[in-house]
Amino acid sequence: MKINSKYIPNTSLFISAMIAVLFFLNIACSTDETQTVTTLNTLVWEDNFDRVSATDSLPDTTKWTYNEGTGDNGWGNNELQYYTARPENVVLNTEGMLEITAVKEFYMGANYTSGRILTKGLYENAYGRYEARIKLPWGQGIWPAFWLLGDNSSGAGWPSIGEIDIMEYRGQEPTIVHGSVHGPGYSGGEAITKSFNLLNDRFDTDFHVFGIEWGPEYINYYVDDVLYNQITPADVSGEWVFNSNKFYIIMNVAVGGSFAGNPNNETVFPQTMLVDYVRVYQ
Amino acid sequence: MKTKKQIQSKITFLLGLILLTTIACERELSEDVVEATFTLNPEVYIDGFSAGLEYYPYLDSKFDAFSVDTEVKYSGASSMRFDVPNVGDPSGAYAGAIFRDDNGGRDLSGYDALTFWAKSSTAATINDIGFGQDFGENKFQVSKRGLRLSTNWVKYIIPIPNPSELHQESGMFWYAEGPENDNGYTFWIDELKYEKLGTIAQPRPSILNGDDIVVNSFIGVKINITDLNQTFHLDSGQNTTVSAAPGYFTFTSSDPSVASVSEFGEVLIETDGQTIITASLNGIEAEGSLTINSVGSFSFAPTPSRSPEDVTSIFSNHYTNTPVDFFNGYWQPYQTTQSADFSIDGDDFLNYTNFNFVGIQFANPTVDATEKSNLHFNMYIPDAVPSNFDFLVTVIDFGPDKVNGGGDDTRQQLFVRKSPRIIADSWMTIEFSLAAMTTKNNVGLIIFENINFSPLNNFYLDNIYFYK
Repeated sequence: MKINSKYIPNTSLFISAMIAVLFFLNIACSTDETQTVTTLNTLVWEDNFDRVSATDSLPDTTKWTYNEGTGDNGWGNNELQYYTARPENVVLNTEGMLEITAVKEFYMGANYTSGRILTKGLYENAYGRYEARIKLPWGQGIWPAFWLLGDNSSGAGWPSIGEIDIMEYRGQEPTIVHGSVHGPGYSGGEAITKSFNLLNDRFDTDFHVFGIEWGPEYINYYVDDVLYNQITPADVSGEWVFNSNKFYIIMNVAVGGSFAGNPNNETVFPQTMLVDYVRVYQ
Repeated sequence: MKTKKQIQSKITFLLGLILLTTIACERELSEDVVEATFTLNPEVYIDGFSAGLEYYPYLDSKFDAFSVDTEVKYSGASSMRFDVPNVGDPSGAYAGAIFRDDNGGRDLSGYDALTFWAKSSTAATINDIGFGQDFGENKFQVSKRGLRLSTNWVKYIIPIPNPSELHQESGMFWYAEGPENDNGYTFWIDELKYEKLGTIAQPRPSILNGDDIVVNSFIGVKINITDLNQTFHLDSGQNTTVSAAPGYFTFTSSDPSVASVSEFGEVLIETDGQTIITASLNGIEAEGSLTINSVGSFSFAPTPSRSPEDVTSIFSNHYTNTPVDFFNGYWQPYQTTQSADFSIDGDDFLNYTNFNFVGIQFANPTVDATEKSNLHFNMYIPDAVPSNFDFLVTVIDFGPDKVNGGGDDTRQQLFVRKSPRIIADSWMTIEFSLAAMTTKNNVGLIIFENINFSPLNNFYLDNIYFYK
């Protein structure tokens, strides 16, 4: 675990970021937030979650598929929700946002329903800058995530396929998000993780950008315009599995389970994760 | 979107310097600044009284409960010390005061909470602590009820229900606290100030404790919308609820011709019909509502005719009443009874709803019923008397210790059984002799309750008194 490790900026990245900021400020006379932390700017894939027509409220089937049900043992984490493909759980709203909603209801033997969509078989790639603009839900036991999972068509299993958690969050800690990698020898509770604590603000009251910039031998983690971690092969206690495999994108809201604990009687339902966009740059 | 930095403060600082030295944007910003009419000073007590702050203890409280302590403090040179008296302290029964800004008030609209560090000499629960009490309108009064203190310094947060209301607030801080289990103790408060934490979110206002209450009522009835709360989620993951004054809420009547509702949550029933009273706080619909079914004109209870010197009155507009501690003890966890008391043309009525049992306590002082050894009350059951109506009245004498419990209490049970006399939609006069009660010189409590599964849900009481 490297939760307390300090990020030491990569010198060349830092200088280029500085130059970019200075250039921008000098001509624009503006303090707008700028992704000084990223270098990849060629858009290769995106979903802005705009409805194709007024009545078409479901995610684009050329980009997203669904995980449904309860998985094995609550998706491996004792999660409590049943994932469905119903608009009650996954829908595009009229403002062009994806809504993934956790609902407290009896459904197929579960006490909660929610949604989990993924690009498996539709968009899989390696390397790039992956980011999403999200307003998070809140409350004890709510566990939303924006993450990448390695393709397993070769027959390899988790954690050998690799997992990059761009953003995980516990609803009872509304100022903290976590960025992690899981691989062979460093998975589950031994994942390489760093937490980012938002000061004087929260993640459930407005949108924030969560991203990684991932290249050969490194993954940089950022929130808004703050780069808060870099993970390299030197940081992991096992094989670096992020140079060869292709990965797909997953967005979900889990309820309960080993990461966030279970909801209590103060948890307010329904809880919705609002996603403005997901974009991939190379 | 706010720009937040965590680990790159040095970089930010450097960029900030460059921004300041190379770009002249500041002039334009300053033109947008709105001039504040009242001071923005967030400090109430850091190491001494802030500018304009004055101390006003409650008239019946222990006047010297507050002092400045230079020995015990969280930080700096001193803290605020509060000495809660023991039961029976001749200097006052409790500690309580307001701390007011006498320079005309402060603009608190840029802050979201009153915060402080506190500890106590023994684990204790402060009855009321908050802000917005100014000995005037108290329009934006807030109380955190039942604030638990420990013997370690802990930071406490009392959220502002809606900061945008507080452009000129003089009630900086107030508290009221009595002994804990008869014993006085000391608590300290330090670093008392308003802050913009930015992490107070997910407001969930409520009225009537979040319940949807239905009452049948009458033309001329006045009802106050009470139990007004605002709940926030804090960055600790905890929810915190404060009691908020009506001034924070906007009240609405679905049919104002049936009943109007004032900005203070006072409902006046104008005609027969149905209306629903709801409220919002800063645009957010409050949980809870009051549905009023106005059935027309009201009949008053019979006017008592006994001479005042023969009566010790608990609740009547026709006599001078003895001090009453409460008309509903809200005894947890088994009591369901709510209060929906009302008044018509200056005549007050107790109304118990969702009834199972309820207590009226009058222990300060207790009542000597030795001479006036009969109990009278008027009761009105709207709609219908349940077929298995069975009602018990228990009169309790607190004994020489004059407090509930303590092993010296005695009680007298009085049964109101189903009979042709028990009728709906009419005032009944119910009288009992307490002759069988041997000790009745320290009567302090009357309990009304359903027995034998009686489902009586809703009734009114008036003219509760002991008589000769």
